[in-house]
Amino acid sequence: MELDFPMVQVLNEEGAIVQPAYREQITKELTMSMYRHLIRTRMVDRKCVSLQRQGRIGTYVPYEGQEACQVGSALALNDGDWMFPTYRDHGAMMTFGRSLTQTLLYWKGRTEGCVPPEGKKIVPPSVPIATQLPHAAGAACAEKWKGTKNAVIVYFGDGATSEGDFHEGLNFASVFHAPVVFFNQNNQYAISVPMTRQMKTKTIAQKALAYDIPGLRIDGNDVFAVYFKTTEALERARNGEGPTLIEAVTWRYGAHTTSDDPSRYRDQEESKKRRETTDPIKRVERFMQREGWWDEEWVNQVQGEVNAEIEQAVAEMERYPKANMSDMFDFVFAQPTWTIAEQKEAYLQWKRGMER
Amino acid sequence: MITKAGVKSLTIVQAVNDALRTMLKEREDVILLGEDIGKNGGVFRATEGLLEEFGEERVVDTPLSEAGFTGAAIGMALNGFRPVVEIQFLGFIYPAYEQIMTHAARMRARTRGHFTVPLVIRAPYGAGVRAPEIHSDSTEALFTHMPGIKVVCPASPYDAKGLLIAAIEDPDPVLFLEPMRSYRAFREDVPEGKYTVEIGKGKKRREGDDVTVIAWGAMVPVAMKAAEEAEKKGIYADVIDLRTLYPLDKDLIAESVQKTGRTVIVQEAHATGGLANDVLAVINDTSFFYQKAPVERVTGFDVPVPFFAYEDDYLPTPARVLHAIEKVMNF
Repeated sequence: MELDFPMVQVLNEEGAIVQPAYREQITKELTMSMYRHLIRTRMVDRKCVSLQRQGRIGTYVPYEGQEACQVGSALALNDGDWMFPTYRDHGAMMTFGRSLTQTLLYWKGRTEGCVPPEGKKIVPPSVPIATQLPHAAGAACAEKWKGTKNAVIVYFGDGATSEGDFHEGLNFASVFHAPVVFFNQNNQYAISVPMTRQMKTKTIAQKALAYDIPGLRIDGNDVFAVYFKTTEALERARNGEGPTLIEAVTWRYGAHTTSDDPSRYRDQEESKKRRETTDPIKRVERFMQREGWWDEEWVNQVQGEVNAEIEQAVAEMERYPKANMSDMFDFVFAQPTWTIAEQKEAYLQWKRGMER
Repeated sequence: MITKAGVKSLTIVQAVNDALRTMLKEREDVILLGEDIGKNGGVFRATEGLLEEFGEERVVDTPLSEAGFTGAAIGMALNGFRPVVEIQFLGFIYPAYEQIMTHAARMRARTRGHFTVPLVIRAPYGAGVRAPEIHSDSTEALFTHMPGIKVVCPASPYDAKGLLIAAIEDPDPVLFLEPMRSYRAFREDVPEGKYTVEIGKGKKRREGDDVTVIAWGAMVPVAMKAAEEAEKKGIYADVIDLRTLYPLDKDLIAESVQKTGRTVIVQEAHATGGLANDVLAVINDTSFFYQKAPVERVTGFDVPVPFFAYEDDYLPTPARVLHAIEKVMNF
């Protein structure tokens, strides 16, 4: 079935606004804020890849190319909203308030990286695929039943739409009009498997029809389209109009993880070409240049500030107290069971004996 | 690498690849399914080169759907195929658990043998490679507890190939656990072509009269190392590599523990409900009066497999095993 889900753009590749309705809202201040978040997330991502190469953090999941999806959608949230990310969404998590140090600690294999800042409802990334969608539906139901105006955003990739939990999450949310935005980052590859092999449908947005909820296909490399369309979907949610499925079409430039070699399954030229044409940051630069807002000095200053923030966070991560093995025993239950208490005690005793 | 005629020196992951290639050649009903197993050759390269050699109809890159492709493989097995599915990491098998527990494992029993499911499920398992969270589970006991499926776990390249071929030829479902940590840790001479290692038979990897150390998968090298250290202290250990986790090789266990009367069981997984307890039950049932000391278990803890910053403290080590050996010796 061929269905019409045209891709919504606000800012095109040349940096021109193609939806005049949003013209007024795209102020210099908003644009500069978006730009700052975009380059921050990109610089952090590149730093993490290099930290992994140097063995200073573990396996890392890069998102370069998907910054507009993560920044635009996270900036659309209110402080009281929930975020259910995947392992590739630390750009969104950082934009929403998770600290850079926590991000680095997570990739260093530390549970400290899963604890959100005080008051922020950022759930740890879901590592299996699509499992977080039913959680988001449930958290959204709870907000609704508590009578708040809080909403929920949940991230997932194109491959996740093949899992049962995708269907179950959307169906549950639609039945109960849950205030949740299902934010799909369609980067067109699930590790090595292209979207054409993942599903027969031409779009992910059209899957919304099956749940009788709005489905929207947007340019995921257009930070304004992401920001405005996510804001509108969140508004619908807050107003009791139920869930929305957003398909943000994007592209990951690099590997699935630092253990992956994408040259095995796709032509690297495609990513090179996309860096020049559809890059989410370049088009904002083009827009700022068109508007006469581009200020080399300001950009240098922002980059300097981000660099300083990164260096400080890396130093903090590396200065962090050594992982305390007690942690793995102490947080399993509110009160440790006798088995855990005994195992911990026996292990500590043995370890002390070894150190003597 | 060819070392002598008809023999290749392979790692475990290469031996798995060799077994799959051998069986794709040998039997037309063998079909491989899984995520990223085709063009990418599997995230660990276990299926490298097989798509090119056997084509898209026999090496199938599936949608990202563990329950979906495991369930589909059950349907294929019902209908004359011998599917071998790859679960990318054991920690991602749980969506397929219902398909395995409720359908694959009991189809034969429900239909008095009319329908059968000759399915092999391969999954790398275990910690120790600084993997991201959820990538390090060793929940073999969830499956040894499951009636109607055999569970196999090789520790060496030779056994990996021979057991995988045996699993594919087995008339019933088999979970084939591959120790991720040992995938490329060492090489061993592996015969070319088809051979099998019998499911249900363990192997003695080292001979000694003082103590029996029982391990499987990634814990076999840990047990071997501990046995070497014990020997320096004049303690000689039998090291048993179980190889098959269900059904256990009762005779091999009994023979060794009746000889030594002292036993240490090494298990990477969580303590409670783990396979070590079943090994202990075998010892109790067959050899209670031969025991000179209570059996020691060296296991992971009753905690979720921790993030990698903590995994060195979670995993059994040769030092911990040696400590247990000394404890049973000094009882």
